[in-house]
Amino acid sequence: MNAAIEVQHVSKRFRLYKEKYTSLKERLVHAGHLPFEEFWALKDINVAVNPGETLGILGRNGSGKSTLLKCIAGILQPTSGQILLRGQLAAMLELGAGFQPEMSGRDNIFLNASLLGLSRKQIERSFDEIVAFAELEQFIDNQVRFYSSGMYVRLGFAVAVNVNPDILLVDEVLAVGDERFQAKCMERIHQFQEEGRTIVVVSHAADMMRSMCSHVAVLDAGEMISYGPPGEAIRAFRDRLIETGEAGALPGGEEEAASLAAAEQAAAGGRSASLPAVVLGERRVAITDCRLELPAVDREYVLPGEALTILLDLKVRDRVANVAFGCAIFAENGSLLFEGDSTMLGDQFDLERGSSTLIFQFEELPFLDGRYTINVRVQDGGGGVVHALREPAATFEVVNPGKTTGVVALPFTVHLKTQRPDE
Amino acid sequence: MGLARSATGTEGKAAGITYGSASDSARGPRAELTRDRGDLPQRVVSAKVSLRRRIAEIWACRELLGFLVRKELKVRYKNSVLGFVWSFLNPALILMIYYVVFKYFLHNPTPDFALFLFAGLLPWNLFNNSLLSSSGVLVAHAGIVKKVAFPREILALSQVGTAICYFFFQTCILVVFLAGFQVLPAFGYVPLLLFALVCDIILSAALAVFLSAVNVYLRDVQHLVEVLLVALFFSPPIVYAFANVAKALRDHVWFRYIYEANPLLWIVVSFQRCLFGNVIPPTGKIVKNASITLNGKLQPYHVLPTWGAAPYWTGLAFVFVGSIGMLAIAMVIFGRVEGNFAEEL
Repeated sequence: MNAAIEVQHVSKRFRLYKEKYTSLKERLVHAGHLPFEEFWALKDINVAVNPGETLGILGRNGSGKSTLLKCIAGILQPTSGQILLRGQLAAMLELGAGFQPEMSGRDNIFLNASLLGLSRKQIERSFDEIVAFAELEQFIDNQVRFYSSGMYVRLGFAVAVNVNPDILLVDEVLAVGDERFQAKCMERIHQFQEEGRTIVVVSHAADMMRSMCSHVAVLDAGEMISYGPPGEAIRAFRDRLIETGEAGALPGGEEEAASLAAAEQAAAGGRSASLPAVVLGERRVAITDCRLELPAVDREYVLPGEALTILLDLKVRDRVANVAFGCAIFAENGSLLFEGDSTMLGDQFDLERGSSTLIFQFEELPFLDGRYTINVRVQDGGGGVVHALREPAATFEVVNPGKTTGVVALPFTVHLKTQRPDE
Repeated sequence: MGLARSATGTEGKAAGITYGSASDSARGPRAELTRDRGDLPQRVVSAKVSLRRRIAEIWACRELLGFLVRKELKVRYKNSVLGFVWSFLNPALILMIYYVVFKYFLHNPTPDFALFLFAGLLPWNLFNNSLLSSSGVLVAHAGIVKKVAFPREILALSQVGTAICYFFFQTCILVVFLAGFQVLPAFGYVPLLLFALVCDIILSAALAVFLSAVNVYLRDVQHLVEVLLVALFFSPPIVYAFANVAKALRDHVWFRYIYEANPLLWIVVSFQRCLFGNVIPPTGKIVKNASITLNGKLQPYHVLPTWGAAPYWTGLAFVFVGSIGMLAIAMVIFGRVEGNFAEEL
């Protein structure tokens, strides 16, 4: 079978100049020794996308995913290797690229669609559809410089999707407009898929990849580290992140690390609000260690529905009667997912002087993808006094091999019952 | 219901597969496979692109070229009070300045001097406008170059296209001029004029493509071109008569060769021969207005070259072949550096 896109041994080298010399004088002064570093943005990439498939390219910032997309689009030429494309291609790298603010919406539709490779006849045929999709019927003869940014982007998207390409390249541009327009965009993408068109989408939103793509390629530092069904590839992506010590930055690199830190801070505030106020006791108990026992030895994550054990090492300085052990689990954004303590089970514990190990066991974790934080506490059975607490005590990660998204792993089935009308 | 839907699903998939194999150029049983989608264009993105494919891609984008030219015409004088009138007014004012300076300050004795000027300025303006605007065109359109895939030569060519449009606007004024001076063009030389126009366009396109590419790497080019064009303006006989230079260089064969190696010279004199040739027929006959008294004798005053039609055609033929060669080289160079435009801008 002939692939719609064949990427064959594609490598791309960038030259990173320490300083950019673009004037003649500077070129002459620095002739011969332009200071630059070679940087391979792509290293020997091989992928084939069959007609009708949707390929997701996943990677951290700077992993080369956008470079690969630009090479496929023909905006950048690979330093070596080649890419074969079969079918008309439209790339949505930036919506409304090349809009002329001085010209009317009408003229811009013609110019922009023509840039994307449409003939005049084709544009005339789909003109009304474009205008209707962008919802700009009233303003189509106004100069584009009077458009709001939302109108601008809507027009750009409307032109791009109405090109009706065989191959559509999308670079994280789907998050445009208001929610209603976004839904419309996603609907159009699904329609493309149903029509058997080929789509390549670049993103670091792993969840979107999972629900949209038939295959996912994972890039890291210019190399393709995994290619396959979404679940598998996303797992490989997360494994790589854990390996390189960036696990905290799931799923998309530096930006997200920053936003994660912010979320954690926000969560810290939220936590104390949602839990009983902490009144520290006389420090007769200390938590010396908190460990997680994962169900499988060979991986560092949990699958949805698997068990998780929390081991808590306690050092007791003085005997404490009637204690309760509590545990809370938080999602990445700081929302509380679970909170419970041993009194709720009707258990009552006494702590004797010396060392003890407490075992918290969850038989089944019904969570989907994400990184979860655990807080533990030792408190008085009647509540009120907290003997010891650790916030956060540990984190664990759940990787979902399936296609469902959200927070909770709900087993589900779908049935259809058709009532035939009585004749 | 559910069953019916899944059936269409598989049908769609099967169609997908067939159209994939249909694209296996020419060999497959094409007729049945390309029923609704037609041929799937096949494209290769790689480091080297053959000149032939570049030309094919540009040809495929000719409509885009049209839209870009239209955009250029619409946008250039947008929001100015006089708007489109400027595209006529601008060259008319320049013509007026040259006329006053060369006629009254420098006492150019050529009769109907305004017409002579106009004949030379027409092809010059085409060349000048193309180069002035195209050298910076890629930098000015960085947004498109970085985000949309299309043969980028189109941008340089669109500037030449715009210059061609202005050329035709100015030709309209020329008709008024000819009527005002009550002069007919030398109709026998109209084919020569058209050939000169073709040469002018190809030459402008070659330099436009080349300069636009170089300017991405060396931003000086844009400013250098402005200065060079001023100097170049005086190289063909636009504001002076060819005959004067020919006389001055009579004893300096090599200088004359150098002077005549200028492709613009051939283009400009061809235009003048056609449009101005009836004012002073360069035949050696003594005509009213076109004679001067030298050594007490009335002698024909020559402005244009005194040769017949043949040397014009030969000269232009060289220019034509040379320009085509330059255009090919320019496009090869453009293709070499095009791959890095998106990073350099």
